[in-house]
Amino acid sequence: MATVRNETAQRVPEADRFVSSAVRGGSNDARSGAVTGPSRKLHMKVNGVSVAAEVQPRVTLLDFLRERLQLTGTKKGCNEGACGTCTVLIDGERMNSCLTLAVQCEGREVTTIEGIGSLEQLHAVQQAFIDHDAFQCGYCTPGQIVSAVACIAEGHATDAASVSEWMSGNICRCAAYPQITAAVLDAAAKMKG
Amino acid sequence: MRNFDYDLAQGIDDAFAIDGARTMAIAGGTELLNWFRLGVAAPDKVIDIGGIAGLNAIERTDDRLTIGALATLNQIGEHAFVREHAAVLADACLKAASPQIRNRATIGGNVLQKTRCAYFRAEAPLPWGCNKRVPGSGCSAREGLNERHAIFGWTDACVAVQPSDPLVALAALDAEVEIASRAGHRTLAVADLHLTQQEAASAGLDAALAETRLKPGEVIVGYRVPLHAGERSAYVKVRERASYEYALVAAAAVVAIEHGRIARAAVALGSVAQKPWRLHAAEARLVGQPPTRDAVFPILTAGLADARPLAHNGYKVAMAAGAATRAIVEAAA
Repeated sequence: MATVRNETAQRVPEADRFVSSAVRGGSNDARSGAVTGPSRKLHMKVNGVSVAAEVQPRVTLLDFLRERLQLTGTKKGCNEGACGTCTVLIDGERMNSCLTLAVQCEGREVTTIEGIGSLEQLHAVQQAFIDHDAFQCGYCTPGQIVSAVACIAEGHATDAASVSEWMSGNICRCAAYPQITAAVLDAAAKMKG
Repeated sequence: MRNFDYDLAQGIDDAFAIDGARTMAIAGGTELLNWFRLGVAAPDKVIDIGGIAGLNAIERTDDRLTIGALATLNQIGEHAFVREHAAVLADACLKAASPQIRNRATIGGNVLQKTRCAYFRAEAPLPWGCNKRVPGSGCSAREGLNERHAIFGWTDACVAVQPSDPLVALAALDAEVEIASRAGHRTLAVADLHLTQQEAASAGLDAALAETRLKPGEVIVGYRVPLHAGERSAYVKVRERASYEYALVAAAAVVAIEHGRIARAAVALGSVAQKPWRLHAAEARLVGQPPTRDAVFPILTAGLADARPLAHNGYKVAMAAGAATRAIVEAAA
């Protein structure tokens, strides 16, 4: 499992080698072949690690993360901005990676679910999702957690109604909404305290 | 998605090459990427105007609010001055989409989003007719599933509605849109930016294809919102779930109340036509009335008497009168 984590900042050279090889070996647009037609050089930081690549302008950030960097924690649900499971942070703001071209992230810092917490030290939101059983199938969970981290940072996790409204961009078709809301409020309280 | 060339605009001058077809501008991209996927648009070149410095400013003067085209829906919706003096616009921005989309979507692009008509929003090649997608192929919604379509301004060629929320608020606020091109700057009333299908046909344009008065090479650079002391406003969006959903009907109201009575009222409806639908005759009749449901509802109902509902959207007429009433009462509260 390829992970490019925040806490590996001191291992950037090693991570960079990995990313470079992933970029060389990866395909440019989903599973198609070599880079053909117009392409752009792209530089960004993903989970604290510098990434350089050449991409076709049509490649979304979502496909770039999943197919080129093998960061498959970010899920492709609807691929049209309706479900929120592709949510990532771009310069700290939550956005749908399916509605963002990779080339629009030139010079930006992208944080994916792989950059939030670690197996050894879960993020408070991740722990709260476990504590509150805030998922069933789990497919939406990476997007829910990334979105919740931003929701709390924005100051919108104040009460259940506000969490419902400001988490409405993340659909859970198992309908674990009451548990998700409880988890976000719990994490917000613990992060505050 | 077809591949394309990509250029980063340094200044707005770099965007004047757009023609809306072969060369298109991108900012947030939240709508454009879906057009590309569906085949609604397949440009050779995309010019990214998202990084142009200074174009996202939200500024106030004594009697005016100016908003740059690159201001995001969240920036506007959470802006303290906008919330205080143009609540209808702040609320419309926050109700327009999910938080994630609102962090990317800009007020310049939002008003240019296309209809949510399901016949229109299908992947090419379309298995049915749509005059917006394939000119001359017919309008499947005219005699088909048209619950969410127009009750004003439509023709047999197209019965689509414009789905933008901020557009409706800007129209109720009598805002102007500022447009730049190689020819210089011009302004247009926001309410006149879009065309109904009837207006397009009357102007000798294609009733299904002509949606705005923007010309090739023109770029929206911002909005000017006049502010009047004592005016209050509200936005009511009626939808099938509480959040993150397109409107069935929306209503924006701006009112001034003096001595307990309406001194001035502006009402714009959304998702009933291909442009924000102002109720000018009803607005005039509202002056002098108390801002109560009993006084306002009959006037607004009468103001919708010229609606032309389709087979399946008659409910929109009553819903629009109700939403507009709520908007006025909430604005005055």
